[in-house]
Amino acid sequence: MVVKLYGQVTAACPQRVLLCFLEKEIEFEIIHIDLDTFEQKKTEHLLRQPFGQVPAIEDGDFKLFESRAIARYYATKYADQGTNLLGKSLEHRAIVDQWADVETHYFNALAHPIVINLIIKPRLGEKCDVVLVEELKVKLGVVLDIYNNRLSSNRFLAGEEFTMADLTHMPAMGYLMSITDINQMVKARGSFNRWWEEISDRPSWKKLMVLAGH
Amino acid sequence: MVLTIYAPLFASSKRAVVTLVEKGVSFETVNVDLMKGEQRQPEYLAIQPFGKIPVLVDGDYKIFESRAIMRYIAEKYRSQGPDLLGKTIEERGQVEQWLDVEATSYHPPLLALTLNIVFAPLMGFPADEKVIKESEEKLGEVLDVYEAQLSKNEYLAGDFVSLADLAHLPFTEYLVGPIGKAHLIKDRKHVSAWWDKISSRAAWKEVSAKYSLPV
Repeated sequence: MVVKLYGQVTAACPQRVLLCFLEKEIEFEIIHIDLDTFEQKKTEHLLRQPFGQVPAIEDGDFKLFESRAIARYYATKYADQGTNLLGKSLEHRAIVDQWADVETHYFNALAHPIVINLIIKPRLGEKCDVVLVEELKVKLGVVLDIYNNRLSSNRFLAGEEFTMADLTHMPAMGYLMSITDINQMVKARGSFNRWWEEISDRPSWKKLMVLAGH
Repeated sequence: MVLTIYAPLFASSKRAVVTLVEKGVSFETVNVDLMKGEQRQPEYLAIQPFGKIPVLVDGDYKIFESRAIMRYIAEKYRSQGPDLLGKTIEERGQVEQWLDVEATSYHPPLLALTLNIVFAPLMGFPADEKVIKESEEKLGEVLDVYEAQLSKNEYLAGDFVSLADLAHLPFTEYLVGPIGKAHLIKDRKHVSAWWDKISSRAAWKEVSAKYSLPV
């Protein structure tokens, strides 16, 4: 039985799970939930994801939501297959978890409203909060400096191997790099730019971009 | 060598502290005065470059992010105290799901209420009434989903207490206490019963009494 992923293939959170499936060589089926028509808020989807968000998975009788939890589950279930995403020891795993949580609290907290204002709102014909975006960019610069420092002495966020910690950043990074100012902020930070170029060169990322229609 | 937790008086750190106490692990604490900005001093930034709390130090090993610390403790001390990760990888998946719900949906509006109602007067910055109103509404919507979940399950991830439940303790204590919005919990029958159950656990009572900010 093939796992079903409910979501929109261009949306960041489903992409997080898709990257995990691709890295772990797990077969999957995407069931499209149309965010543009708010299908995620309709009764049928609310039965799968009561907060009205994507993604959700169904794997036989097993159901799960929250993209990072789904990715951790599959990385654990298929530990011996594909890329090892969860580290080689308990201590290493905790550092992977640490940087994955940094993504949630420091990185995504800034990336998400930037992407909403500069990419999504224009698409929907809504007004962008320009003042907010400028404040967010300043804060993002500070956070990117910390990442840049980390990546100047570590090939990847949790050490010498690519893990969940790096993977979880990729969907938002894909969006951010399409924004000129942010692209320049990234390129101005040598180690951070080196890391992004290396991880976006992975076959899983390239396959994801094809799936997402790029 | 004894584990050390930094800034135990603050809510985020108490997620880690309550996990240590549940698992019966010995630890020491080092106070960090956030109100005086100690977390932005170079000595602290050397261990937590974002200037946030907590940090766990275990010999040469250090880890930050409260929920990452919770996972580390729950895994390292799996064979003692309650199993806070579930018994199967599917149960663990449910634990991770609700831990992520706490991090991405419950915590942000509750943090906004905490900063604007509890800390604004203490630290002398103006409270944003619009943010307070929106955060209360948002938190109410999230708690409606919790009410449905807890009407089917004793705890968030199933019929066992887990990291997902414990992660809610410190900031929810602010919600029913100094934030003054206990009705958000009490008006929801199953959420209220769940809150009473988890907040009356011996470990939380100990943490709450011992590591308390005068707010």
